[in-house]
Amino acid sequence: MTLLLLAVAALGCGGLSAALASRWPGWAGRLGAGGAVLGSALGLVPVARVLSGSEVGALELGWAVPGGALSLALDPLSAFFLAPILALTALTACYGHGYLAADAHPRRRGLSWLWFDALAASMVLVVTARNGLLFLVAWEGMAVASYFLVVHHAERDGVLRAGWLYLVATHLGTAFLLLLFARLAASSGSFDFAAWRAPAGGAAALFVLALVGFGAKAGLAPLHLWLPEAHPAAPSHVSALLSGAMLKTGLYGVLRMLEILGPAPRSWGTWLVAAGLVSALAGVLLALVQRDLKRLLAYSSVENVGIVLAGIGLAVWIRAHGDSGLASIALAGALLHVWNHALFKGLLFLGAGSIGRGAGSLDLEALGGLLRRMPWTGAAFLVGAAAIAALPPLNGFVSEFLLYLAALRSVTAASLPSLAPLAVIAGLGLVGGLAAATFAKAAGIALLGEPRSPGAAAAREVGPAMRFPMVVLAAACVVLGLAGPLGLAAVEAPVAHLLGARGEAARALGALAPTLWTVGAVGGGVLLAALGFAGLRRSALAGRSPRTAPTWDCGYGAPTPRMQYTASSLAQPLTALFGGLVRERLARGASGPRSFASEPRDPAEPPFRRAFGAVAALAARLAPLETGSTHLYVLYVVIAAFAVLLWKLA
Amino acid sequence: MELVLALLLAPLLTGVVRRTKAVVAGRRGPPLAQAYRDLWKLLHKSAVYSRTTTAVFRAGPVLGLACVGGALALVPAGPAPALASFPGDFVLLVALLGTARFATVLAALDTGSSFEGMGASRELGFAVLAEPALLLVLASLAQATGAWSLVPVLRATPEAELGAFALLAIVGATLFGLLLVENARIPFDDPTTHLELTMVHEVMVLDHGGPDLAAIEAAAMLKLWLFAGLLAGVLLPVVAPAPLGVAVHVAGVFAVGVAVGGIESSMARLRLVRVPQILVALVLLALLSWVLGPELAALS
Repeated sequence: MTLLLLAVAALGCGGLSAALASRWPGWAGRLGAGGAVLGSALGLVPVARVLSGSEVGALELGWAVPGGALSLALDPLSAFFLAPILALTALTACYGHGYLAADAHPRRRGLSWLWFDALAASMVLVVTARNGLLFLVAWEGMAVASYFLVVHHAERDGVLRAGWLYLVATHLGTAFLLLLFARLAASSGSFDFAAWRAPAGGAAALFVLALVGFGAKAGLAPLHLWLPEAHPAAPSHVSALLSGAMLKTGLYGVLRMLEILGPAPRSWGTWLVAAGLVSALAGVLLALVQRDLKRLLAYSSVENVGIVLAGIGLAVWIRAHGDSGLASIALAGALLHVWNHALFKGLLFLGAGSIGRGAGSLDLEALGGLLRRMPWTGAAFLVGAAAIAALPPLNGFVSEFLLYLAALRSVTAASLPSLAPLAVIAGLGLVGGLAAATFAKAAGIALLGEPRSPGAAAAREVGPAMRFPMVVLAAACVVLGLAGPLGLAAVEAPVAHLLGARGEAARALGALAPTLWTVGAVGGGVLLAALGFAGLRRSALAGRSPRTAPTWDCGYGAPTPRMQYTASSLAQPLTALFGGLVRERLARGASGPRSFASEPRDPAEPPFRRAFGAVAALAARLAPLETGSTHLYVLYVVIAAFAVLLWKLA
Repeated sequence: MELVLALLLAPLLTGVVRRTKAVVAGRRGPPLAQAYRDLWKLLHKSAVYSRTTTAVFRAGPVLGLACVGGALALVPAGPAPALASFPGDFVLLVALLGTARFATVLAALDTGSSFEGMGASRELGFAVLAEPALLLVLASLAQATGAWSLVPVLRATPEAELGAFALLAIVGATLFGLLLVENARIPFDDPTTHLELTMVHEVMVLDHGGPDLAAIEAAAMLKLWLFAGLLAGVLLPVVAPAPLGVAVHVAGVFAVGVAVGGIESSMARLRLVRVPQILVALVLLALLSWVLGPELAALS
């Protein structure tokens, strides 16, 4: 625990000193990034200790706030979520140091690092807090820090709007959490998590509050609208941290509430599976149609959060049927996907940042041919794309495999009726295919072929500070894919903690280790075979001097890069199949040029737009009350105070 | 075992399909071993690489071949066991085919050719529905047999009763449809057409030549064997121990080849817009087999 406090202190000192050193941008960057790396390294020590099964003492300090207590604890669930938060903080800080060094506004760098380190510190506090008020303060700090990070490029079009949208969305979510925490505190008389119990009969309503409140932060559809705005607006190392780590605090909240609200009934599991699959499908379909690389990645986060939630739901569902061993497999899959998503989504956002830096654009229709020009970034991005498409032998497959396995076995264990597992199998299959298409499009159009714009043609590889984190993350994706049991060992403690069935979880997951080794061995065998075939090809071609020529293209010889297939046309058969996701405009003049434009649209947007329009109209009606005269405002306060007094006395 | 059989005999299966088509059309057709000779010929040719392409283009064919080989390692050949077998192995099988497709699609996009982009686009469009259908149909077999690994699932002897028979009919029909889609066969795709605009799979590999094309052709032959082997495993009971049982299995695979040739001779290629509709029908069939599986098994 001391080390964790030191980590928070290092983050705080790094951030503050960076802000104080704003006048010397070079130092601000070094202090801010250094503090983040140091803090993460310190924090990872107790995390590793807890995940390997030992206990770390809790911390309890008084706090002047009524009902509040500075109470922190590091149980396996906290440690499991802390690991990606700290690891990504360190890697994105390293990347950010290189990324911000070329920023147009060097004076902003100090503040940017202050908010970055504050975000990391508040995330640490969120997942370790054991007091409702402390949690909310940290939660709010996280929201504010990330807001300032999102609006870093405030002079650009739409960035302030994106930041505003994010601020509104996150506070709406927090409002639900306030209700939830107030209800729990009222029924138990304390703000300490340890004292919270589900009130008799009202647990389901509280669970819905938690799902909405935490779901808004996690980016669960249809509460995801802020995500595709905020992520592209933020600098890329921040997007990576937001998507890879901050969204996960929402999932952490859901799991913590499931723990507090006690053994969940089967229907919660069904609802979680449904909500998760809706989010996964909506996210991946919307990702498929995007043209902007970072928007595409943001929507894909909606998908992956949905997959995790569906896995949690499956675990709840199986557990309600009384099979803890099987439930632990489902939960292991869901939790492992949290780590995996942190790895590959962090990698992909960093890759997108490098692409934007190198080619000067994130519009897929302006990219192309970047693998040649940016080999490190390109190769890392390819690994990330294959991993997030859940393709073996990479890590995304391992976690989804566990979910499939749990769903299958819960069906063949005959005693269970089979609708939820069927939904998981069919849903994951469909989502997996769509994700493969999405990332074949993203990687294929951005990295391969000929450059579609002068910027892409002149793209150059980024510096070593930005390359290093991408290589580390890509390597982690490969290692966790080939050696699945490593991930399994890491999830065992939190799974046992959540299910409260240490022996059964250990047995079920232990029995899975040989299976995952076999999966890894088949994957490794495939890779070795591919290398072997490449060697054979080399010897077959030796002495035959293969030639190079323009692409054949049935004799056209690629006269212009604009003749290449575009991202939109690549996705067209699928968008036509699913429909309603793309707005197409065909302008037909009687003579002269015709124009065709298509843009993706989000079906979740119009209802929210209407709702907020209604709120704005209502607010406009109240405007006459707002006169600007202080006397009247004082009168309002007096009336309100009097009303409260009357209500209290009556 | 299935892997060895496929490596040795898959080109012969392709030969059988071609011979069937030729016989139905009243031609003599190429010799049965022609596919072996084609591979041999391609292996001894040089290659031309586009200046646009990168290592991805060169990785596509070898990775595709390796992935199909890896998938074959999970399939039993009648009574002979698979190279690797574990709970949920068919999920890995479907996913490995997905990796092969991903590699092929990226290799196609690497050329920057609009034709190959079009092929990639269609392939991805088909796969989105074909993949869950395959997963579901294999899962419904697992559900019906109460096992969750391919070896016991395919070994389970179907009861000679009405319910099991109906389930087998549905599963067999779905698998056969998926075989045709996944292997770029008529009515979904025409492997022998000469018009690039109408192709799906073939147009993706226009720029590959020499040993690369050999790898792609070999992967296609292995994939046909894989699906035919699955279908034979589902439909044929394991009647005898190793030597005879394996022979029955191989005979079953070739029978599937004859059926594919028969379909190809008697149908025209579907219009592209019709293909997704058929694919949705296959997904629904797979769902049906899932839902009906326990009911039908309970009947018998």
